[in-house]
Amino acid sequence: MNSDLKRPKGWKELPAGAVLPAGTAVEYHTGSWRTFKPVWIEKKCIHCLQCWIICPDFSVLVKDQKFDRFDYDHCKGCGLCAYICPVKGKAIVMEKEVKE
Amino acid sequence: MKTVKALTGNDAVSYAMKQINPDVVAAYPITPQTSIVEKFSDYVANGEVDTEMILVESEHSAMSACVGSSAAGARTMTATSSQGLALMWEVVYIAAGLRLPIVMPIVNRALSAPINIHCDHSDVMGIRDSGWIHLFCENAQETYENTIQAIRIAEHPDVQLPVSVNLDGFIISHEVANVEIYDDKPVKDFVGAFRPRVSALNLRSPVTVGPLDLQDYYFEHRRQVADAMVKSLNVIKEINAEFNKKFGRLYKVIEGYRLEDADACIVGLGSTMGTLKDLVDNARKAGKKIGFLKITVFRPFPKEDIVSALKGLKAIAVLDRADSVNAMGGPLFGDIRCALYGASSAPVINYIYGLGGRELTEQDINKIIDDTLAAARTGKTVPEPAYIGVRE
Repeated sequence: MNSDLKRPKGWKELPAGAVLPAGTAVEYHTGSWRTFKPVWIEKKCIHCLQCWIICPDFSVLVKDQKFDRFDYDHCKGCGLCAYICPVKGKAIVMEKEVKE
Repeated sequence: MKTVKALTGNDAVSYAMKQINPDVVAAYPITPQTSIVEKFSDYVANGEVDTEMILVESEHSAMSACVGSSAAGARTMTATSSQGLALMWEVVYIAAGLRLPIVMPIVNRALSAPINIHCDHSDVMGIRDSGWIHLFCENAQETYENTIQAIRIAEHPDVQLPVSVNLDGFIISHEVANVEIYDDKPVKDFVGAFRPRVSALNLRSPVTVGPLDLQDYYFEHRRQVADAMVKSLNVIKEINAEFNKKFGRLYKVIEGYRLEDADACIVGLGSTMGTLKDLVDNARKAGKKIGFLKITVFRPFPKEDIVSALKGLKAIAVLDRADSVNAMGGPLFGDIRCALYGASSAPVINYIYGLGGRELTEQDINKIIDDTLAAARTGKTVPEPAYIGVRE
């Protein structure tokens, strides 16, 4: 994102009535709300993708039909992925978020 | 080109809606508005309009359906009164905030409690600050013509705000009057085609309508609403001028009556101003130098026009058909006195009248005229607000 896009727009520049292009939630990094973050333990993962199904924020990213990584820009840390994980001992665990 | 029909105010509104032929009407019945939508649904059933009529389960749903329909890109109307408007309230603000050009006749009626179905302006004053434009009508003719003009005002690119067209419950809504109706074609030509600013249903260009808007952007979007309201005043004047030219009328944002040589003036809204025309004429015959100022456009508040109309006067009475219950005075009074600050030091007297349909009698108005002229002579005002027509 260039610096011009980062500058918040004034009222004369904005479209009226808060009508925006579709899909702008991508630009809104709700990951900053997180208190706990999910951590993936690769060696335990069976790639059942139940975490991908249950994630309410599309923050489980899949590649070649396998778990790839979390989208930490948008994951709010709700913990549903860790809850649903069927593996004994869990392939996803919640850890306290450490703010950089 | 003109046909005279015997119509109630509500029928005149329905007739305007028939000629406007909106894409969508979503409404719920409520006295004294019901006959607007009832008559309009006849037009729908008879195939005289193309409108999609949505019969909803409450006024909250009516305005919600209007918001959805207008955001989808359809020319949208509804109508309501009193408790119905109160139930709509949160969605009324959303319509303005999303800049949706919905037009809504409001047949003004008192708010409960105690329950009452008759006229006062408490209902519309409850949405005074919502970002809607508010027009007030004096008679059935004006309800017909203001409804037609409201569409153009709401949809103007510089405005894009919803508009309410206010008519006094029963007094205008149910009284039969001669109304001059224009042919369909000139009205349709005047109204024109709807060019929506936004369509939530265009899959080729998808949009988000009504997103979360927190500390970072909400203020900017509300600032835009304030700017549109400022700009709307000139737009209304232009549309009035175009209407006047096309149909031979004299619409103005305010209308002064016999103010040229007046000592004092009565300011007010709605049907009462029609009654005042006769009583001011009578007072003039008795040598009393009184006039009146009718406010047709209440929001945006035409401050400069009002100040220049009232500037030289020695006393001003403001009639409010709603009480702000604020231990200070009615809503119009507050606006007028604020507008006059620094421009006039004449006493401004506030009369609160007609709540719940209480008649404002000839004697009441003559007393207002005499008291205001006395204030013009002495510079003294009466205790305010003065409640007139109420039993002690």
